[in-house]
Amino acid sequence: MSKELEQVSILGGQKLYWGEFLIKSLLAGCALISIITTVVIITILAKESFSFFDHVPFTDFILGTSWIPLFEPSSYGVLPLLWGTLTITFGAALIAIPIGLATAIFLSEYASPKMRSIVKPLLELLAGIPTVVYGYFALTFVTPVLKTIFPEIQVFNALSGSIVVGIMVLPMIATLSDNALRAVPDSLRQSAYALGATSYEVSTKIVVPAGLSGVIASFLLAISRAIGETMAVTLAAGATPNMSLTFLESIQTMTAYIVQVSMGDTPAGGIAYQTLFAVAALLFVITLILNIISQWVLKRYQETYDA
Amino acid sequence: MNTATETNSSEAANKHLVRLEARHRKARLFSLFCATVTWMGATLLFVLLYQVCVQGYQWLDLQFLTSFPSRFPYKAGIKSALVGTLWLISMVAFISIPIGVATALYLEEFAKKGLISRVIELNIANLAGVPSIVYGIIGLAIFVRGMGLERSLLSGALTMSLLILPVIIIASREAIKTVPMSTRHAAFALGATRWQTAWAHVLPASFSGILTGVILALSRAIGETAPLIMIGGLTYVAFLPEGPMDAFTVLPIQIFNWVSRPQQEFHELAAGAIIVLLGVLLLMNATAIYIRYKAEKK
Amino acid sequence: MKLKTLAKSIVLSSVFALTFSNSAMAEKLRGTVALDGSSTVFPISEAVAEEFGSVQPRVRVTVGVSGTGGGFKKFLAGEIDINDASRPIKAKELEMAASQSIGFLEIPVAYDGLSVVVNKNNTWVDHLTVSELNKIWQRGSTVKNWSDVRPSWPNTPIRLYGPGTDSGTFDYFTETINGKSGASRPDYTASEDDNALVQGIRGDKAAMGYFGFAYYEANKDTLKIVPIDGGKGPIAPTMTTINNGSYAPLSRPVFIYIREKALDRPEVKAFAEFYINNAPTLSAEVGYIPLPAYVYENALNRIKNREVGTAYYAKTAADLLVAK
Repeated sequence: MSKELEQVSILGGQKLYWGEFLIKSLLAGCALISIITTVVIITILAKESFSFFDHVPFTDFILGTSWIPLFEPSSYGVLPLLWGTLTITFGAALIAIPIGLATAIFLSEYASPKMRSIVKPLLELLAGIPTVVYGYFALTFVTPVLKTIFPEIQVFNALSGSIVVGIMVLPMIATLSDNALRAVPDSLRQSAYALGATSYEVSTKIVVPAGLSGVIASFLLAISRAIGETMAVTLAAGATPNMSLTFLESIQTMTAYIVQVSMGDTPAGGIAYQTLFAVAALLFVITLILNIISQWVLKRYQETYDA
Repeated sequence: MNTATETNSSEAANKHLVRLEARHRKARLFSLFCATVTWMGATLLFVLLYQVCVQGYQWLDLQFLTSFPSRFPYKAGIKSALVGTLWLISMVAFISIPIGVATALYLEEFAKKGLISRVIELNIANLAGVPSIVYGIIGLAIFVRGMGLERSLLSGALTMSLLILPVIIIASREAIKTVPMSTRHAAFALGATRWQTAWAHVLPASFSGILTGVILALSRAIGETAPLIMIGGLTYVAFLPEGPMDAFTVLPIQIFNWVSRPQQEFHELAAGAIIVLLGVLLLMNATAIYIRYKAEKK
Repeated sequence: MKLKTLAKSIVLSSVFALTFSNSAMAEKLRGTVALDGSSTVFPISEAVAEEFGSVQPRVRVTVGVSGTGGGFKKFLAGEIDINDASRPIKAKELEMAASQSIGFLEIPVAYDGLSVVVNKNNTWVDHLTVSELNKIWQRGSTVKNWSDVRPSWPNTPIRLYGPGTDSGTFDYFTETINGKSGASRPDYTASEDDNALVQGIRGDKAAMGYFGFAYYEANKDTLKIVPIDGGKGPIAPTMTTINNGSYAPLSRPVFIYIREKALDRPEVKAFAEFYINNAPTLSAEVGYIPLPAYVYENALNRIKNREVGTAYYAKTAADLLVAK
């Protein structure tokens, strides 16, 4: 009897073993998909970009100041697009970083739990609004308001785009910085208070420096997000690649170029198709570097406390 | 000598008190500043929502929900966009949830914590930060052109699944991590295999957390426009899709279309569509919060 | 004598039209019809697609806006059934069609008076001559301010808006004004989406741009039209001036190109016939000018007989008006 049971259980065990192996492979396969995705992204961007660089020298692309890919004579200097993206990002950071950080400090140092329970969901709401809504907001509300302040502003302008992108990434900075600041042990605060420091001094001289890695990481992530933002700038910032310094004019960002060229329906092959990939590759590389740096900052500068 | 130190120390004491006042004043100003700034952020949200409601409210009626887009504003509606969105989200959920949860399970329950799992982790974190338009371009190259799926729901669903897969994986992992090791150890002690433990114990325990993460990821997918523009372009679509290979349009694209038109009525129509979109998102987020709340009560 | 034949053709074509539309309404068709191409022709195609949807609700019609050139690329790749075109097929595209044995039917659907517009608050522009337009828009143009065009005009910057390089309107304008299709200065706000151009010009006092007449018509109260002097004095585009050809040289017919193989599908055939039957009313509704009735009758005939090919191997745009 026991021998039969043994046999059954061994057989059952074997079946179990194979079943287990199969399932483990299936799950590993799923995990592999994420690796495959990255490989595919890099391969495709690289492949099309390289055939682009067969036609256009890399230095012309990276250093040229004239982006006229579709006209003749054509010129493929990507700097105007890069400049457009940086203009929007700079303006957005100018808005989002101070407000976001101040909000984070308020939430972690000053707000009562009740206040937290109101503000936190509001921030989440702000973060969840689709970007096309921000584009609508820029075109129908922000630009007309700006027109009353700066009458010479154009309908499509960089300022409107910056403001709206700033509002869009500010919840990101607020939430992530708040998490970073809250992770700072209370003992640090209490000891500072015990020594007679004011809340301002505690916040700015103790807490923020302690949570600096998380705060900086949140800035970098928000900037990366602003760089990759598409819809709001497509609707509000315009389609003229230029390197002017004013926020009141129409510009073109890298992301807007990708969408605006034939509104996404570019036929395969041909130089126009390839420019899409070259610009997308540049975008990918920039955001990747920012993301990697922010992760590195988080890991490297995280202060550890014995508490 | 005594008098000197006395004067010095009382001077110093006075100075200290005066400075203390100033410092406390500064602190109060600072807290006021932070509070004001925070509420500024909240106000911006309300201004945005108010603007949208005021412009769009008049257009919201049954006719708006059940008509196709038209060149006449008073006839136009979001039927094809709304149905397209529902189709797309269902397909995206069908594709991305199994793969995402499976990956999270693998990473947490099965993989040895070595170089490979570290690489996968890093990889997923990076994928989460890739701009959505890059996913759109990849979708155009692989699904539309490479696999010849043209501008169909399937191309769109596959592209969006790739987009939100990292988000689902990260959220699911967080949820699975919260399951205490004791649960697993108990199962192992009783002779369960890794899969049996994962399927029968870990998954049910982390279910609400995973569900919350999935809902948030899907609500992100609903609002995305750029990748779908790259896939299907801006087309006039005035019919309901009947299968995964049909052409389609979604709410964000319809909104983008209407905002691009110069006539005021179309901007107002866009506002109406935005209200519907935000309504759907609010519903989804409220469901996620409710689930989280119910789970925390347990 | 002429009136009699005109009357006869009107009666014939309306009978034709009635029979055709009746037969289309009789059976409920299914399938898809894919259009793409010119943003100028888009308003007509959109209107036709919408009306067709009420007659044949089970047929799925999609209309894209990739520009005439972009549309032709897809047309020749077999990705779409009908290309909206605001210019005739180019020699190069004709070659590609021939080399791939793609038969197509060329159907004119309306007249457009390509319009030059400025901002509503622009008080100084009363008209522009063709040579002035050329000076502003030519490749390598050095015009930066309004006074560079006419010294009496303000010394303020001029900002240009126009279609992108995939647009048939772009091809037509550059060929007519600058002498060669595609020859244009590149530093302007370019968009395949004419709505974006309208929005830009509307809000910019220094703006000037060009697009199809329908887009001006739809936004008349927020834009200012510029009469063009083509040698016979400044003429503004209106229904009459475009129709009788006096708005020159910017009047032109616009077309749809149908893939011959696609006509094998009943839903495409029904849609094409519906298009031509309703082109007079719908093009007028969106702001273009209907062609003479015999043109539409002719077109229906050609669909019936599957007559492929282009009527003109147009080397210059000026031939267009003469040919028809």
